[in-house]
Amino acid sequence: MKYAYFPGCSLKGLGRAYEESLLPVLKHLGVELEELADWNCCGATAYMAVDERKACVLAARNLALAEQSGYGQLLAPCAACYLVLNKAKHYVQDYPAMKATIDRALATGGLRYSGDLPVRHPLDVLLNDVGLEAIRQKVRRPLQGLKVAPYYGCQVVRPYATFDDQYNPTTMDRLLEALGATVVRYPLKTKCCGGSLTGTVPEAGIRMVYILHHEARKRGADCIATVCPLCQFNLDAYHAQVTAQYGPVVAPTVYFTQLMGLAFGLPDRELGLNRAAIPFKWRPAQAAAPQAAAATA
Amino acid sequence: MMEIERTIKYDADRVKGFGREVMSVPGCEQLEDCIQCGTCSGVCPLSIYMNYTPRQVMALTRGDFKNEVLRSVTIWLCASCYACAVECPRAIRITDIMYELKQRAIQEGIYPKRFPIPVLARKFSEMVRKNGRITEMLLVMKLFLATNPWAAMGNWRMGLDLLRTGRLSLASEKIEHREDLARMLDAVDAEKGAGA
Repeated sequence: MKYAYFPGCSLKGLGRAYEESLLPVLKHLGVELEELADWNCCGATAYMAVDERKACVLAARNLALAEQSGYGQLLAPCAACYLVLNKAKHYVQDYPAMKATIDRALATGGLRYSGDLPVRHPLDVLLNDVGLEAIRQKVRRPLQGLKVAPYYGCQVVRPYATFDDQYNPTTMDRLLEALGATVVRYPLKTKCCGGSLTGTVPEAGIRMVYILHHEARKRGADCIATVCPLCQFNLDAYHAQVTAQYGPVVAPTVYFTQLMGLAFGLPDRELGLNRAAIPFKWRPAQAAAPQAAAATA
Repeated sequence: MMEIERTIKYDADRVKGFGREVMSVPGCEQLEDCIQCGTCSGVCPLSIYMNYTPRQVMALTRGDFKNEVLRSVTIWLCASCYACAVECPRAIRITDIMYELKQRAIQEGIYPKRFPIPVLARKFSEMVRKNGRITEMLLVMKLFLATNPWAAMGNWRMGLDLLRTGRLSLASEKIEHREDLARMLDAVDAEKGAGA
């Protein structure tokens, strides 16, 4: 299994723990990645507010580079990148005028984008290409007794994902259960974390973060598992503001890939576990006991 | 001081043709089918902070009330979570309409001067054009400097956390083919100039 890999700016910056854990975990499962040469920012949500056509050109340059690389599929782990790359793809397929604009813009740099290249999320690849059975076989240290709130956030499943349900996604739930963890029922699993509002309009943003933590705590979660660098940042880095306003509700927020790494028995230092402001200290038992069925809450 | 404003909209407040114009943009066509059910306002996690709910913005846009929607706080509070777009029974891509309205507000310069959200969008696009990538902490610093330098001080605790966890990187991330990228973005502007 080989994929072109689009890290995006966050995975090289504030969300580097996501890349640090994703790469060894996928390697461990025999998935080969090749980082896209000279990739550029996907445009995220901010560029769409400035100029939609230019935002699509930004995304399309990456898609063109990925097609040129010959890998046939592009892996985009960041929720915003995943959404924007897929959005550009849809616009190219649905709007001939948009496609013409993008074609002409890319041509000035000698690039071409067909509009066909699949853009995949790691959850999609893990469940549908690798498979839960193969993942289960790699578990050396089951996450027995760990209660996890599965938090998908918005942009992974809405509006373009086809690999999971838009209202009640379950791919991460099933993955975490395969690792031996207990997945708590978390109805806010796709509620918005506030995005950049935590910084721009804290009154609204910090409250949204608080609500997510409060609900996870109420459900008895030891940690929140995320699939998005901005969600992780908001839930983790604003802990002081949340605590000052709402009291001690903040739980550690980890990437699902970090939990996979722990279950596979990979060393902590390979998983970026030192990157979180609220440290995740729980560790699975050493013994490689045969995995029991996931306990129910 | 108490501001007294007329809350009822009159026909004279409309900018005729605005709704049609918005509905001609890719992704915004379905607005025509809005049944004003309010599902968007119900699922929106931010509607409690908005001066017009998403449902009202849909009605105002379709009804040509350009000044009201472009000056609203609503369009800037939309965090692009797409909950409304997924839930809308008429398949209206409300998030994309919000993007279109934001673009128009930026083009016309209609937003409060130090309001951080549009400033962030602008600083973001400038950095992408210049470097091809975003260095997040640099972007955050630029945002604070342009809006409220003192607010940065309030976040000292976060700065320490980021430093301690090795995430406070201020070295500019850059791509190699920056000129190519700038040319591609300019090509879009050139088309607009040509009226395409």
